[in-house]
Amino acid sequence: MELLLIDMPRLVQQVIFNSILLVTALLFSIKAKEIYRNIKMGKAEDRSDQPQQRLKNMTLLALGQKKMFRNMIPAVFHLCIYVAFLVTQIELIEIILDGMTGIHRIFWPMLGGFYTFIISFIELLSVFALVATIVFLSRRNLLKVPRFQMDEMSGWPKLDGNIILYVELFLVFCIFTMNTADMVLHNGEYGFLVSGMLMPLFSGFSEGTLHFLERFGWWGHIVAVFAFLIYIPFSKHLHIVLAFPNAYFGALDGGANKGEMANMPRITEEIKLMMDPSLPMPEEDPNAAPARFGAKDVEDLSWKSLLDAYTCTECGRCTDACPANQTGKLLSPRKIMMATRDRLEEKGREVAKNGPEHDDGKALIHDYISAEEVKACTTCNACVEECPVSINPVNIILELRRYLILEEANSPEEWNLMFGNVETNGAVWKLPASDRMKWIDEMNE
Amino acid sequence: MSDNKIKVPLMSEVAANGGEVEVLFWVGCAGSFDDRARKITKAFVKLLNHAGVTFAILGEEEVCTGDPARRAGNEFLFQMQALTNIETLNMYGVKKIVTACPHCFNTLKNEYPVLGGDYEVIHHTQFLQGLLEEGRLTVEGGDFKGKKISFHDSCYLGRANGIYEAPRKLLQALDVELVEMKRCKSRGLCCGAGGAQMFKEEEEGTLRVNQERTKDILETAPDFVAAACPFCMTMLTDGVKEKDKQEEIRVRDIAELIAEAEDL
Repeated sequence: MELLLIDMPRLVQQVIFNSILLVTALLFSIKAKEIYRNIKMGKAEDRSDQPQQRLKNMTLLALGQKKMFRNMIPAVFHLCIYVAFLVTQIELIEIILDGMTGIHRIFWPMLGGFYTFIISFIELLSVFALVATIVFLSRRNLLKVPRFQMDEMSGWPKLDGNIILYVELFLVFCIFTMNTADMVLHNGEYGFLVSGMLMPLFSGFSEGTLHFLERFGWWGHIVAVFAFLIYIPFSKHLHIVLAFPNAYFGALDGGANKGEMANMPRITEEIKLMMDPSLPMPEEDPNAAPARFGAKDVEDLSWKSLLDAYTCTECGRCTDACPANQTGKLLSPRKIMMATRDRLEEKGREVAKNGPEHDDGKALIHDYISAEEVKACTTCNACVEECPVSINPVNIILELRRYLILEEANSPEEWNLMFGNVETNGAVWKLPASDRMKWIDEMNE
Repeated sequence: MSDNKIKVPLMSEVAANGGEVEVLFWVGCAGSFDDRARKITKAFVKLLNHAGVTFAILGEEEVCTGDPARRAGNEFLFQMQALTNIETLNMYGVKKIVTACPHCFNTLKNEYPVLGGDYEVIHHTQFLQGLLEEGRLTVEGGDFKGKKISFHDSCYLGRANGIYEAPRKLLQALDVELVEMKRCKSRGLCCGAGGAQMFKEEEEGTLRVNQERTKDILETAPDFVAAACPFCMTMLTDGVKEKDKQEEIRVRDIAELIAEAEDL
């Protein structure tokens, strides 16, 4: 399609461009709306307090990539791609404006020398991004860094990771093709740094070829950008958007209270009533469906856990740090996030098609995440600590555990014994309360 | 050794006499019943006594905080324990609690407030460090001077509550050579006991978590591994013993090290 477009008159190009822009915006917004609706399926949880602290967290963790630097080598290369991505938006805006208006390099006459500086800077960053992309492809495919080779990464997740990197290569390739051809066509008038150095590569080409290459680069770049935009909401790459809200709504205290589990107020009411029967019965809506204890499926999780699932970019730092995973257990926190997202996407389609009441006979627990995985967690919070984008897999694991115990009585026999001891003796072991102070006599013997 | 018997008053006695204590010592199930953890309890109480801290315990009125029940998923049982304990603690007007168990510490500190139990909760390593800073406790290295010691971070002290420095400062006060394991502080590897794993067999895998952690210990090869949690204590002791290294590498709670250095 691009080849055909290249020699078309400007007006035709303009019409085609605006049509593609419109279709892209439409497709992106349809999927974005679907994701928003899916996240809203989760249980309400107020995370709007302390907006200033939240903004600070977002600035440090998402914008500043603070936690990435726990792991220096990938952090530096990731930063190259990230900064290039951010700054290249300037050139992208120009390309979009050019496409909409049919003007060639709309910013050039306005900015002059400053334009040369900006585009040269972008070119330089693109070189860094190119190097980083090649490093990342090597880490995934040649060096085979272990966290990219685990079970949950086979098939689509592996392909997804590579597609993103190949598209990045293509984007950089197009930018340099476009700029270099344009530089040769204009006798280096723009003064761009990197494409200026590449000019000898194109020096023998006819004006027609150069014009073709310039258009090829321009269309190639923008079509790839639009295709990428449509692709991102289906991909793990969505983290480039959702890392920001996820850091904003993440744990507030810099993670210092990771040990706190969310309370279940319904149970508090029941126990208070047991302890003091004179208390008034809580008012209940007789029409309300009995709420589930813990999480059987995605809609039983907090909306933040669902946002977590969409934010996960499958880097595997969590699984790498997980003691259960390191010792060969089935549990992988990354897989917990991936399974939650897969089930949420499926459930979202199901609800859109058949309404929220329809039961498709599947659930997050057992069909997507096994009881064995859930039970293997030591709640050590290493996964939470490692996540650069404030995802908390432990919250999901613990809600699933609550469901297993409270709704299915699906508990290892040893835990049942411990429960029994706590209930009857007030201690985790089968020892009488009168033994609680034996140590005092021992000490004073 | 001190010849005088140490008096450990019950909160009920203190209240009956209209007295007050500086702090309530939450002994915990491990600290009360587990053979190994009872030694930690005794060492800590000797230190409290030595520093002239007035304290009391709940004795038979103390029940499990509910942490393992909650982490296993049994919210009913957790809340029954929590509400019972809160009733007792509030009845005595308890304001300040110290405990040598990071699991009790985390639950009392972070999970009781929403249920109506608001206390200042301090881990014993923080409390001892406070005594040290106030000059109520003096620590000298004694036999530990220059010994190579690694500190194993408990997940519920470190990552869960951000307490990394207090235990290390205590060790430094002992004049030891503090050698960190390759995985320490926020990267510390779990001992395998948390999340109620202490009370069941691990799921099928290639190793137990404490065996993995023992690799780190053997690699660093310290004279002592210092712990600050009774469950880590069990796991690390077992791990080192399994490798038959219990003579070379001794696992001790920080309170025990200090009490021993002070010849208590």
